[in-house]
Amino acid sequence: MLRLENVTHAYDGRLVLRDISLELGEHRIGLIGANGSGKSTLARTLNGLIVPDSGRVLLDGLDTRTHAREIRRRVGFVFSDAAAQIVMPTVAEDVEVGLRGRGPTREEIDERVRCVLERHGLAGHRDHPAHLLSGGQKQMLALASVLVTEPEILVCDEPTTLLDLRNIKVIEQTLRGLAQQVILLTHHLDTLAGFDRVLVMDAGSIVFDGAPDAAVAYYTELMALSAPTEGEHQS
Amino acid sequence: MSMLGLYVPGDSVLHRLPVGAKLLVLLSAVTAVVAFADLWSALGAALAALLLYPLCGFTFRHVWRVLRPLLPFLAVIALFQALVGDGATAVRVCAQLAMAVLLSGLVTLSTRVSEMLGLFERLARPLRYAGVRPDRVALVLALTIRCLPLAASAWQASREAYVARGLRGRPHLMVVPVIIGLIRSAEAMGEALAARGID
Repeated sequence: MLRLENVTHAYDGRLVLRDISLELGEHRIGLIGANGSGKSTLARTLNGLIVPDSGRVLLDGLDTRTHAREIRRRVGFVFSDAAAQIVMPTVAEDVEVGLRGRGPTREEIDERVRCVLERHGLAGHRDHPAHLLSGGQKQMLALASVLVTEPEILVCDEPTTLLDLRNIKVIEQTLRGLAQQVILLTHHLDTLAGFDRVLVMDAGSIVFDGAPDAAVAYYTELMALSAPTEGEHQS
Repeated sequence: MSMLGLYVPGDSVLHRLPVGAKLLVLLSAVTAVVAFADLWSALGAALAALLLYPLCGFTFRHVWRVLRPLLPFLAVIALFQALVGDGATAVRVCAQLAMAVLLSGLVTLSTRVSEMLGLFERLARPLRYAGVRPDRVALVLALTIRCLPLAASAWQASREAYVARGLRGRPHLMVVPVIIGLIRSAEAMGEALAARGID
């Protein structure tokens, strides 16, 4: 289980995470908040992409500060900009790159790549240039590239932000069907229906932690209160 | 298309041949034809290279795609050789070049980037003694290939923004956004690599 203990982090003196302590054990966890609220920074601490200035992030007792490599193998991460996640020229090659050096034989790698491409509707694009895929296909490739490594936990940082409605639904359905624990950062509040727990972030702190309906209501009110008035717009 | 876009999936003998063997045959064939320096051998080799395309499941569209960039060079070389030498030499040199490019094209069309990188990784193994990690050499090559379309797309985005804002006659204004875009992409790609356990 992921555990955050008094996590604090700042960029250039600006505090983005303020003394956050959490246990993340539920199967489906949502994380919502305005842009700049600290969601992405918090998500990046979960697999050691960011090591907090103070406090600890632990996965089953392993600290991201000292066991980042091991934790990254267990905690997969999907970013919002799928194009930036593509590191190899073709679809199959991009999926298999994460398996290299992890122990599987060539045959096992081929089989796992084949299975994951089939499961995510990319089998027909196996040898296609990854950068020529559509936005939805690129995000599906990003997801497949992470899932092929069979992580125990999947952190998704706004994976549907750049997608159209149809592709949002496809990604949502895919995430829903995963056996892994999923921690989803999103601005699409409908996606959170059926989640076990939703956290609301504001100014680097968790300001609400509870059921999806209550969290969405809290967040909606928070945003309404902080929205600029008409006079502020004009000025 | 892959590697700059040429790999074509297939099940021909050439597709199944190890990449090292393909490159060795390519090197031997080109060396032999150039060293032999005979008009009819060069023409025969070029014709044989051409005929290998349909035999390996490729079409003349592939031949055209491989040969088209070479045509201006062939024209200049043929003209130069005809002027300073003789017609037979011009034809021989052009045939040798066409044969070399056609055979190289066959290797590229039938080889995945990952296979090519695997070979580079094996060839780079002795560098381990100098502290270089062969897998990193292969990864750097792969990332270089991957960054070409990324750079093209950063340029395209910058150009569209330039045109959309009605700017004209100041193309240098597109350079800074391209550089910033590429740096951002590089950071994001580095983060993605780290997230996938490659660091």
